[in-house]
Amino acid sequence: MRAYKPKDDVQKKSYYTDRYWVAPQVPTSQVEDDAVFAADLAAIKAKFDVSEAYIQVEQMVVYIKPEDNYGVLELLRDELGYTQLSEMSAIDWIAKQGQFEIFYQMLSMSKRKRLRIKCFIDEKQAINSVSTLFRSADWSEREMYDMMGTIVNNHPYMKRILMPDDWEGHPLRKTYPLQGDEFAAWYEVDRIYGKEARDIIGPEIRDSAEVDRFDSKRFSRLGHEVPMGYDIKANGEPEKGLEYQEEGGVFMIEKFVEDDAVIIKDRKR
Amino acid sequence: MAQHQVNYTQDGGLPVALTSIDKIVNWGRSNSLWALTYGLACCGIEMMASGASRYDFDRFGTIFRASPRQSEVMIVAGTLTKKHAEFIKRLYDQMAEPRWVISMGSCANTGGMFNTYATVQGVDRIIPVDLYLPGCAPRPETLQYAVMMLQKKIRSEKAGKSQRPKRLL
Repeated sequence: MRAYKPKDDVQKKSYYTDRYWVAPQVPTSQVEDDAVFAADLAAIKAKFDVSEAYIQVEQMVVYIKPEDNYGVLELLRDELGYTQLSEMSAIDWIAKQGQFEIFYQMLSMSKRKRLRIKCFIDEKQAINSVSTLFRSADWSEREMYDMMGTIVNNHPYMKRILMPDDWEGHPLRKTYPLQGDEFAAWYEVDRIYGKEARDIIGPEIRDSAEVDRFDSKRFSRLGHEVPMGYDIKANGEPEKGLEYQEEGGVFMIEKFVEDDAVIIKDRKR
Repeated sequence: MAQHQVNYTQDGGLPVALTSIDKIVNWGRSNSLWALTYGLACCGIEMMASGASRYDFDRFGTIFRASPRQSEVMIVAGTLTKKHAEFIKRLYDQMAEPRWVISMGSCANTGGMFNTYATVQGVDRIIPVDLYLPGCAPRPETLQYAVMMLQKKIRSEKAGKSQRPKRLL
């Protein structure tokens, strides 16, 4: 068993950061600066609550209520010409405010505009599926559930898409350790050989530079071969290396015998 | 003696070759190493290049087969994910004995640069490996060399049934 490490502080940084450093911000502008976006926002505001809206990098960002997501996307698709959902996923803000931020990146080919719908949900709060509006949301929502653990209602096939079905945990959460928790570390051993095999196979070697020349199970020893599982430290290793040349040589090539070889020291001889 | 007649008494003229069972069995085994097509990632491209005409694995007797039941050697070429681990075990079990495994590239050897939750940290956690081939990705020459080393290893083995079947557990 590995030592249990609490998983709630894996985001903590151990390196020095400047207290007075201010990250450069992407400038935002008013929605009224762009006539097309202003009209779109007015159409959304007529039916739904909008908490915030601005333009950033020539794209409008609109914050809505999470329960309105289906209605807003339907309005955008059917009446405002945003016919493509190019991307959607969730952002983990659990450490900061205990919430997920869901975003829907929309594209209008007729208006040549991109628009982003955003909303916040709590960790255990469910959000409505938009896969009946956009087919691309089907797999995106499955991936969002798989990686983040956000629950999606009314989805036709709510199963994991990337990780195995019996996986525990959601790997893209900030609290998930990069090298996996204990379940992940033993997943393939438990699944194939059973938990009894953990002691025999041993923990994962995470140091990829590690080489154990006395390990006759994992490392095959060319030249000084020993049977698998042979205890080299206790029994010693063969002094003379194995010769892989054919006995008696092959056609036109004699076998090299080390004892018969003569080392010429005088180069001018 | 007429020219067309074979002089059996001269060197090389005898239609008899003396050898041991081990040697002739291993000669056959080592020169017909049919490999299981097992390209998992970018190493698979190098493995395909080794099989194609420029490097031409056929002259070693290594012919890629798409079935584990027809192959002797499994070249694990690429990253093995934890989701896929059970299938590599199943395919290995389906291969007939004697069977050998070449672990090709850093990912198959140790997990390589994928030091993450989703990657098996070396295929030797799942199946026994005979030869580890370093590189990211190894060039086709390296894979050729690995196959030649495996041939030499096979020739140095006993061919009899007393050979212990290799199992991880």
